[in-house]
Amino acid sequence: MKRRPSFSRAVFATTIVFLSMPLLVLVLYSFNESKSGSWTGFSLRWYAQLFLDSPRLWRAFGNSAIVALSSALVATVIGTLGAIAVNWYRFPLRKYLRTITFLPMILPEIIIGVSLLIFFSGIGLRLSLFTVFVAHVSFNLPFVFLLVLARLEEFDASIIEAARDLGASEAQTLVRVIIPVSMPGIVSGFLTAVTLSLEDFVITFFVTGPGATTLPLYVYSAIRFGVSPVINALSVVMIVGTIILTWSSRNVLKYIAAK
Amino acid sequence: MTRLPGTAKTPGGLYAAPSLVWLSVFFLAPLAIIVAYSFLTPGALGGVEWSPTLDAYRAIANPTFGKVTVNTIIVAMGATAITMLIAIPCGYYMARSEHQNILLMLVMIPFWTNFLIRIYAWIAILGNEGFLNDLLLSLGLVDQSVRFLYNRGAVMLVLVYTYLPYAILPLYSTIDKFDFSLLEAARDLGASKMSAINRVLLPNIRGGVLTAFLFTFIPIFGAYAVPLLVGGTESYMLGNLIADELTKSRDWPLASAISMVITLVTTLGVLLLLRANGTSVLGGDDHEAAEPAGEADALGAAR
Repeated sequence: MKRRPSFSRAVFATTIVFLSMPLLVLVLYSFNESKSGSWTGFSLRWYAQLFLDSPRLWRAFGNSAIVALSSALVATVIGTLGAIAVNWYRFPLRKYLRTITFLPMILPEIIIGVSLLIFFSGIGLRLSLFTVFVAHVSFNLPFVFLLVLARLEEFDASIIEAARDLGASEAQTLVRVIIPVSMPGIVSGFLTAVTLSLEDFVITFFVTGPGATTLPLYVYSAIRFGVSPVINALSVVMIVGTIILTWSSRNVLKYIAAK
Repeated sequence: MTRLPGTAKTPGGLYAAPSLVWLSVFFLAPLAIIVAYSFLTPGALGGVEWSPTLDAYRAIANPTFGKVTVNTIIVAMGATAITMLIAIPCGYYMARSEHQNILLMLVMIPFWTNFLIRIYAWIAILGNEGFLNDLLLSLGLVDQSVRFLYNRGAVMLVLVYTYLPYAILPLYSTIDKFDFSLLEAARDLGASKMSAINRVLLPNIRGGVLTAFLFTFIPIFGAYAVPLLVGGTESYMLGNLIADELTKSRDWPLASAISMVITLVTTLGVLLLLRANGTSVLGGDDHEAAEPAGEADALGAAR
């Protein structure tokens, strides 16, 4: 018997229109010749302005890229080691580690942003790209930790015991056994961290300083007072970019998992 | 899952140390500082003076702040309720469909799009010079631009838009794991369609419903960017109040006290719902690990 879920189908179809319509409007208007309002004809002028004449935007993108790659790298190294420890070893403060890796994920971003801002000014650290980096490592770390942990839970301690029985040292066990089996988790943790970092607006907004504008902060200042055609073009580039990145990272993950 | 017994030689503590230190210094210590600051007296130029007082908490109760608190609760409850009502049938339809991958893509593409771009899309549609006003003007339906933005309705609309995928994805993944032959069995045993859904389907997908609820309610309750960009002065939320107290009024104890309120509501909500869900995240048992890891997946994709 095949039932047709007509109510849920109608809700789903409406939802998809609701979710995609605003983005389609952005795509359409990014090719509009006039600055705002009515459609006056097809033009690529906003794309030309985006790529050829927006130095501040590209500097902000550069800052975003630096913070995303560096914070994701540091969070991945620290978080992976933490996950290995929690999954396979007993040590003091194990429960405490589980708790403080869970808490940052459930608290609203503004709380993390505000508390870090007060903390940085309390210890007299000037706000800069470095404080943004520190904040991004802090909110990325728990995600890497849990993604690696999820992967490690597929294996039991016998693989470590086997390595030891065959004469591997602690360091050899880590490099030759533990890290290779956790690789899919490590890679997806790193990619998630890069994405979260590129995406973050609220936390960055609080902990950034002069000259440390990231791309989301730049977008914020441009859209604060209404429509901006260059941001229309940027939106389309970002939407297409995200689709390509996500698609290729999935394939990378599949490739690693299959190996 | 078995674990190596602890011996002096195992480097567990060594592996855990960087995470422990980093999160203690850059997450827990800052939180502890705002707890302390919320009980202190504001300094003249920001900062605090070390004389303890409850003034900041008294200030939250005064009418101006009370209004913002009420508005935050109304917006958070309303937007979460609307999101859930839309997300449950969507998750159900996706789980029952034969084209799950395509449907998933349709939900994920808007979801992957940058958070600010998603807010901006609504400014481009509803703004005074936006798409909708342009359409209405050219059709001659209105004489001058209609002000759609900068009110509570716009804030709720954009919040629902932003967080809808956060609710759909956990619901979809839970309903997808549900064994639908149980529903048929209930019907065969004489249950009506409604009672089969209420007594068989809903109890089995409770975890997904709770996760979806938390993923929507918590960020909306602490919302900052959406009310800032599409709200007006009367649709201010607690998040905006914190930022104003911090940067404009320079009353750090008050900003800290409001942050404490949001933190407490969030933490209590999570603990109550986890208890209702029968999982203990803060415990250290082996079986509990899978659940938050699955949530991390969804959250990671979400943020």
